[in-house]
Amino acid sequence: MLGLAARRAVYLVPVLLAVTFLTFLIASLLPGDLAFAILGDQATPETVAALRHDMGLDQPALWRYLRWLAGVLQGDLGRSYRTGESVLDAVLGRLPVSLELMVAAEITAFVVAIPIAILCAARAGTGFDRLATGIAFAKLSIPSFMVAILLIYLFAVQLRLFPATGYVPFGEDPLGNLRSLVLPALTLAIGEWPVLMRVLRSDMIATLQEDFIALAKAKGLRPRRILLVHALKPSSLTLVTVAGINIGRLIGGTVIVESIFALPGIGRLLIGAIYTRDFMILQGVVLFVAAGFVMVNFLVDTLYALLDPRIRHGH
Amino acid sequence: MTPQQPHDAASPLLTLEEVSVDLPTSRGNLRAVDRVNLSVAAGRTLGIVGESGSGKTMLSRAIAQLLPRKARLSGHVLFNGQDLTRLSSESLRLLRGRSIAFVFQDPMTSLNPVLTVGMQIAETLQEHLGLEARAAMRRAVELIASVGIPNPEQRCQQYPHQFSGGMRQRAAIAIALSCEPKLLIADEPTTALDVTVQAQILHLLAHEQRQRGMAMILITHDLAVVAGRTNDAAVMYAGRIVERAPTRVLFKHMRMPYTQALIAAIPKLDSPPHTPLLAIPGLPPDPTHPLPGCAFAPRCAYVRDQCRHHTPPLVPADHSHEFACWHPIASHVRATP
Amino acid sequence: MAISEASDVAALAHSARPRAAVGKLFWLAAGWIALVFLAASLANALPLPDPTRMELLDKRRPPNATHWLGTDGLGRDMLSRLIHGARISLTVGILAPLIGLMIGGALGMSAGYFRRSAETVITGAVDVLLAFPPLVLALAVTAYLGQTVANLTWVIGVLSIPAFTRVARAATLSLAEREFILAARAAGASELRILVRELLPNVILPMLAFFLLAVAVTIVVEGALSFLGLGVPPPAPSWGSMIGEGRESLEVAPRIAFLPAMAMFLTVLAFNIVGDTLRAITDPRQTAL
Repeated sequence: MLGLAARRAVYLVPVLLAVTFLTFLIASLLPGDLAFAILGDQATPETVAALRHDMGLDQPALWRYLRWLAGVLQGDLGRSYRTGESVLDAVLGRLPVSLELMVAAEITAFVVAIPIAILCAARAGTGFDRLATGIAFAKLSIPSFMVAILLIYLFAVQLRLFPATGYVPFGEDPLGNLRSLVLPALTLAIGEWPVLMRVLRSDMIATLQEDFIALAKAKGLRPRRILLVHALKPSSLTLVTVAGINIGRLIGGTVIVESIFALPGIGRLLIGAIYTRDFMILQGVVLFVAAGFVMVNFLVDTLYALLDPRIRHGH
Repeated sequence: MTPQQPHDAASPLLTLEEVSVDLPTSRGNLRAVDRVNLSVAAGRTLGIVGESGSGKTMLSRAIAQLLPRKARLSGHVLFNGQDLTRLSSESLRLLRGRSIAFVFQDPMTSLNPVLTVGMQIAETLQEHLGLEARAAMRRAVELIASVGIPNPEQRCQQYPHQFSGGMRQRAAIAIALSCEPKLLIADEPTTALDVTVQAQILHLLAHEQRQRGMAMILITHDLAVVAGRTNDAAVMYAGRIVERAPTRVLFKHMRMPYTQALIAAIPKLDSPPHTPLLAIPGLPPDPTHPLPGCAFAPRCAYVRDQCRHHTPPLVPADHSHEFACWHPIASHVRATP
Repeated sequence: MAISEASDVAALAHSARPRAAVGKLFWLAAGWIALVFLAASLANALPLPDPTRMELLDKRRPPNATHWLGTDGLGRDMLSRLIHGARISLTVGILAPLIGLMIGGALGMSAGYFRRSAETVITGAVDVLLAFPPLVLALAVTAYLGQTVANLTWVIGVLSIPAFTRVARAATLSLAEREFILAARAAGASELRILVRELLPNVILPMLAFFLLAVAVTIVVEGALSFLGLGVPPPAPSWGSMIGEGRESLEVAPRIAFLPAMAMFLTVLAFNIVGDTLRAITDPRQTAL
C-alpha cells in the first residue's frame, strides 16, 4: 500500500515542476519592463537599469527561472516591493483564514447535500426528487458573487443577523469569528452543494439497482440500514473524489468570497496584489495556490485508493 | 387446484395459487408469470426449471413479495398459514431473512463489496434474532465454519472479493441459513460457478436442508441439477408451468415435448465421441406479444394445428403429475437422465 | 475550470430528465436567448440614452418616464446599461468558448485520432493547465497582460481549451475505429482529409452542445471578474460590474444590483437549458467528463 503511494508521489514531481514553469511563464507575460512598472514615476533610464541589474532582470530567462526556482525550493518566494514583507510570510499568515473558510464551507455543503441526495435517491422520480434536482440545476446558473449579494441583502441588510464584511480572529473572539464566517461559508457551500448532491444522488441510484441491495432487502433488513449502510458506503467513494476535485473551484471561490466579505485570506492577498500591482506577491501566491491544488488532488486520489477495499488489495 | 402430494403427511409449507405477475412496459403489458400453482412441504425440495426469460426468477421474487415497484401480483401466496399478499410491508420484512431466505445466482454481485463477510452475516442475526454485535459476530464465525470455509475468524474480517467463487457462494449460503429459515429459495445457485465447484455447492445445500428440515426451492435452467437433487420438479415455459411431477416420474414419464427436449439436451458422458449437442431450435417467445395457442408451438417437433390456436390447459397424468400439451408424448417413452 | 461546471450542469440535468425534453422549457430558453441577442445587436440603434452618461442629480431614481428601469448610483440609465452590458457579456461569452472550441477541438481530435505520443503530449499539457485553479490563473494573466476585453476573451478562451480537448478526444476515440473511417483510409484518403471530411462532422455535434454550456460558464466567469473590477474595464457596462457597483446601494435601491443579476441569471440558465437539451439529443450516453 505504501508502494502505491510512493509510485504516485513520483508522478507529482514533474507536475509540480511544470506548475512552477507555467507560473514563471505567466509572470514573464508582463509587457514592458517589471522594473519600469515598479519604479513608476521615479523611472529614469538610470534608475531602471540599476533596478534591473539589482533584480537580475538583465540575465537570460532560463537563468532567471532557475534562480527563482532555487529560491522557491529553499522556501524563499521573494519579497514584496511595496511592503518589503517576505512573500512566504504573507502567504502563511493569511493561510489559516482561507483554510478555516474552506473547511467550514465544505462541511456545510456536505451536511446539506448528503441527506438531500439520500432522500432523492430513495424517492427517485417523485415530486421531491424532481424539485430538489431542479433547484440544484437552477443553482448552477447562479454564480457565487450573486449568492453573496443575495445573502448580504437578506441577512445583513434586511435582517441584520450577520455582518456584511469584516473578520474577527478566532483567538480574539470565538463567537464573533464564527459569526463573521457564516455568510461567506454559506455562499461557498451553496455553490458546492448542487455538485455534491448530484454526484451522490446518481451514484446511489445506480447502487440501489445492484444485486447486493436486492439481497439486503431479501434478508429483511430495515430500509434505513439498507440506505445508510449498504447503499451509502459504496457511493461515498465518488463523493470523496468529487469533493477533492472541487477544491480547485473552492479555491477560486474563496478569492471572490474573501474579497466581498473582506476576509484577510489568501484570495484577498491575491486580489490586493493585483490592485497594487505587487507582482512578487502575485507570483508567489499563484505558485503557492497551484502547488497546493496539485498536492490536495494527489491526497484525494490516494485517499480514494485507500478507501476502496478492492483497490487497496490490488484488484 | 393444488394436487395432493401422495406420500406427504404434513400439509405444504408454501402454496402458490394462481399467481401471476404483470409488468407494464413501454411495449405493452408483460405477463412474466402466468397463473402458477405450486406447493412445497417442509423437508422437501422443489426444482423449477426453465430457460432464461421463462419467468422463473420473477416467480421466486414473487414468493417473497420482492417484485419491482411497477409489477402487479395477482393470486395468493400462502406461507405457513398466512397469505403473504395480504401482509403489511413491515410484517413481510420480518419474514424475509428469518423464515424465507434467498441465495442469488452470482455471489460476486449479491454480496456487498465494501462490507466484510462477517458483517453481512451478523447484521441479519442482529436484525432478526436480536443478538448484540459481539454475539452476532461469534455466531457468524460458527456459521462460516459450518459451510466448510477454513480459517473462519480470519475470513469473517475479509471482503467478498478476497474469496474464491465457490467460497463466496458458501458465504452467501451461510448468510441465508443464519436465522434458520423454514424455506430456502436458491436462484441458479451454481450457474456462476466453475463446474468442479457446482457439485460441492449443491451437496452443501442438500446437506443443510436435511439437517434443518427446511423446504427448498431450487431454480435452474439445467435439468441435470434437478435430477437426483430434488423431490419434485416443475418445468416453466413463457411464464407458465407446463409440466409438474415428482422428479423421478418427470424423467421417466415426461409428457410435454419441451421437457423431453430439455432432457435430451443434457450432454451425457457415455455418448460416443463427437455426438452433436442437441439444442432446442428457435427462441423463447416475446412476452409482450403472447401467441395464441401453445407458447412452445413454434419450436415443437410434434406441433399440430390445434396447438397453434388453443392453449393447452394443465391436465393431470396421474395424481401427482400434471402437464400442458395437446399431444403429449406417450407414457412408455423413456429417457435416460 | 468553471468549465467543469458545464459538465456538472449536463450531468445534473441528465439525471433529472432522462429523456431529452425539447419541451416548453427549451423553447422558452431559446426565446430568451434570441431576445437578448436581438437587444444586444440593436443596442446602438435603439433610442437609448448613453450608458456611460452620468447625471449626478438623478442618482438612484426608481423607474420613471425618462428612465424606464431607473438610474444607478451614478445617475446612469439602467435599461441602457443592461442592454449594452448584454452586448459585452455575449461578446466575451461567445468568442472565448469559440477559441476553446477551435483550438481544443483540434487538439482533442488529434489526440484521439493519432494516439500514442501525440495523445500523451496533449493530455499531459492539458493536465498541467488544469493543475491551476482557473480563476486564479485568469486573474494572474489579466493582471500581467493588462485589463482589456480582448485579453479577457483570450484568457478565458485558453482556459476552456482543456475541457473542449476532452470532449473532442472522447468523441473521436469512440468514432475512430468505426468502419467509415477504415473505408476512407482504404480508399486512399489522406489523414487530414479523414479528419476534416469524416470525423469532424460527427464530432462537431457533441462539441456544439458543450459549447453552449461553455457560453453559460463564460458569462459567469466574466461576470465574476468584472464584479471584482478586474474584468471588463470601466466605464464599459458589464452585468458583473453593474452588480458590483450596485452593492453599495443595497440598502436604499437593491434594484441596482438585482436587475443585472436577474438578467445574468436568466441568460445563463437559458444557455444551460438549451445546451443540455442539445447534449441529451446528440449524445445521451455521455457522462460527466
